[in-house]
Amino acid sequence: MSIKLGDASYEERVQEGVQNEFMRQAVASAQGRFRSGKQKQADKLGNWEDWRTLGEEIRTHTLENIDYYLQLLSDNVSKRGGNVFFAQTAEEANDYIQHVIKEKNAQKVVKSKSMVTEEIGMNEALEEVGADVVESDLGEWILQLDEDPPSHIVAPAVHKNKEQVKETFTEKKGYNQSSQPEELASFAREQLRQEFLSADVGITGCNFAVAESGAVTLVTNEGNARMATTIPDTQISVMGMERVVPTYEELDILVSLLTRAAVGQDLTSYVTSITGTRLEGETDGPEDYHLVIVDNGRSKILGTEFQSALHCIRCAACINVCPVYRHVGGHAYGSVYPGPIGAVLTPLLDGYEDHKELPYASSLCGACTEACPVKIPLHEQLIRHREIIVEQEKMTPRSERLAMKGFAKWGSSPAAYKMSTAMARSAMKPWTKDETVANGPGPLKGWTVNRDFPAPAKQTFRSWFKERQKGGES
Amino acid sequence: MTIMNRESFLNNVTANLHRPRRTEGVERPEWSVQPQDEVLSGLSQDELVDVLEKHCAVIHTEFKRTDRTGLAAVLKETVEGYAGKTIVASSDPRNADYGLHDFYQSIQDDGLEVHLWDEKEGKGNQAVAERADVGITFSDITLAESGTVTLFNNKYNGRAISLMPRNYIAIIPKSTIVPRLTQATKQIHEANEAGNDVASCVSFVSGPSNSADIEMNLIVGVHGPVEVTYIVVDD
Repeated sequence: MSIKLGDASYEERVQEGVQNEFMRQAVASAQGRFRSGKQKQADKLGNWEDWRTLGEEIRTHTLENIDYYLQLLSDNVSKRGGNVFFAQTAEEANDYIQHVIKEKNAQKVVKSKSMVTEEIGMNEALEEVGADVVESDLGEWILQLDEDPPSHIVAPAVHKNKEQVKETFTEKKGYNQSSQPEELASFAREQLRQEFLSADVGITGCNFAVAESGAVTLVTNEGNARMATTIPDTQISVMGMERVVPTYEELDILVSLLTRAAVGQDLTSYVTSITGTRLEGETDGPEDYHLVIVDNGRSKILGTEFQSALHCIRCAACINVCPVYRHVGGHAYGSVYPGPIGAVLTPLLDGYEDHKELPYASSLCGACTEACPVKIPLHEQLIRHREIIVEQEKMTPRSERLAMKGFAKWGSSPAAYKMSTAMARSAMKPWTKDETVANGPGPLKGWTVNRDFPAPAKQTFRSWFKERQKGGES
Repeated sequence: MTIMNRESFLNNVTANLHRPRRTEGVERPEWSVQPQDEVLSGLSQDELVDVLEKHCAVIHTEFKRTDRTGLAAVLKETVEGYAGKTIVASSDPRNADYGLHDFYQSIQDDGLEVHLWDEKEGKGNQAVAERADVGITFSDITLAESGTVTLFNNKYNGRAISLMPRNYIAIIPKSTIVPRLTQATKQIHEANEAGNDVASCVSFVSGPSNSADIEMNLIVGVHGPVEVTYIVVDD
């Protein structure tokens, strides 16, 4: 896998999402729960806007000084016995991780949930060198067994129902109990416990790395990240380079924003902060530790008008309020990162060519911007993307560009404008019924395929205005 | 240990920021707001215990309260409630102060197996934790707002004790309770500034493990403990 998922076109992906009744209902109900959980937290605090302001200030300061903080972080990890590898590209990151796996002669790798490893396609790279990679987050494990990509950052298997999960467990793992979620989870616990115990290497992502001490912090509810950092003797953490915080004091704020905005919890069941290798006398935790810091397109977002997109803490609050995501689901975005933040980030990381439709997968209602706990102006960035796609990248079809040119000419000539508005009603007559156009001709089809177009008014505004000025009836 | 590719990587980052590389002298600014300090501020220690107790219901955690003399009895009743046969516990210096050595001896006399974490046993510790029914540790800092016990894992308090057994008991000295995460991170930050190395693993644990990955149904008990009891001890 890489950041781009599959080869289906945007229209095909959207159609598939819109026609998946179960998925749409599941997504709508998940969005509802996540949103009300977050709202309850905001109400309880009473000063949520202050928290957001603080979150934004911390992220802005950190990204503006990211070279300093990454240097400090890597110095501290190294002091605590860890190796640090800076990877400019996905390939460099995967090569290094492959090298560690080969050096350890590792047969089995157990992973806790990590978006950046999805982004760089790490699992495939490890399978290439013969390692068996096991996802240990319940949702991710279900998807791995079913060879299906995640569709939500926080709830990756939100598009699956329990019958499908049961079927997958039965087919792939010989499960023979009911489709009760508790029974399914208990089966996963037993199966995955054996995987943890026999794993040679544990791989985790990183929610936040604390520069002042070199601590990599993992936020989970299931406890799988704790397992992956407790049992195997070798551990690798992979982090997007922007996930650094200056000190533990800022970690407090960002973790608090993350758990509240993501799932409406004061804190998740586990927040685990790992620093380097185990110390003298300790008998669990890794004796060999590696931190891989990944750029993969992030640095070129720095210094641009999109820099604040790197402030994202991956809480999915924007996804949980998005009306477009609600209808098309996560897979329609064709990216590891779905929803509003995905539509902003994916073209920045992977170029416009494969993702030029994503900035249009938005109604620009601005709910995402309002939901973001670190105040990323998401919908404004989507508008900027659209401008760039049209004006700099010239990615719109030739016919559309010609039409726009024609429109500009026509719209700037008062005589042409006057004549065509006067004629519009009779020109549209053949397609008009009950004052609406339901099946418009030519370019209007693109509109009327989804909604009706109002028939041009009987009287133009200009002639109405003229009459009114003369004192006529308005 | 080694740091690889750092110079080229950070020089590229700096080039994109259109300024010279910053290697020192960066200070955190004074933030315009500090909402975290207001949460549960001014509450007495007993009021914080009440907040903690209320939150335990939210995080599916059993709450009990006792004093030092009553601790052994409460522990015994809790272990029995879990039908625990094998116990793994931290060899915390506080065990002596709270009379736990006598307690562990007494339940061993009753036929239970008790393993206190022992660095000399190496990986054997984890093997016991894997088959143990109950793990017992002290809380180092307790967060009232979120119902969190903070564990500085070390050679006395292995990571596996609070993680691998099906049931987990946290002994919470009342004096360890603070309003929220803010006070814990501040303490860690200040110790780090003073030159004390932070623990190789700091675990913030809030109740049993859980997941909502199947149809958004909350399932309590996934990879970590399925049942958790907090025992607050007036100290």
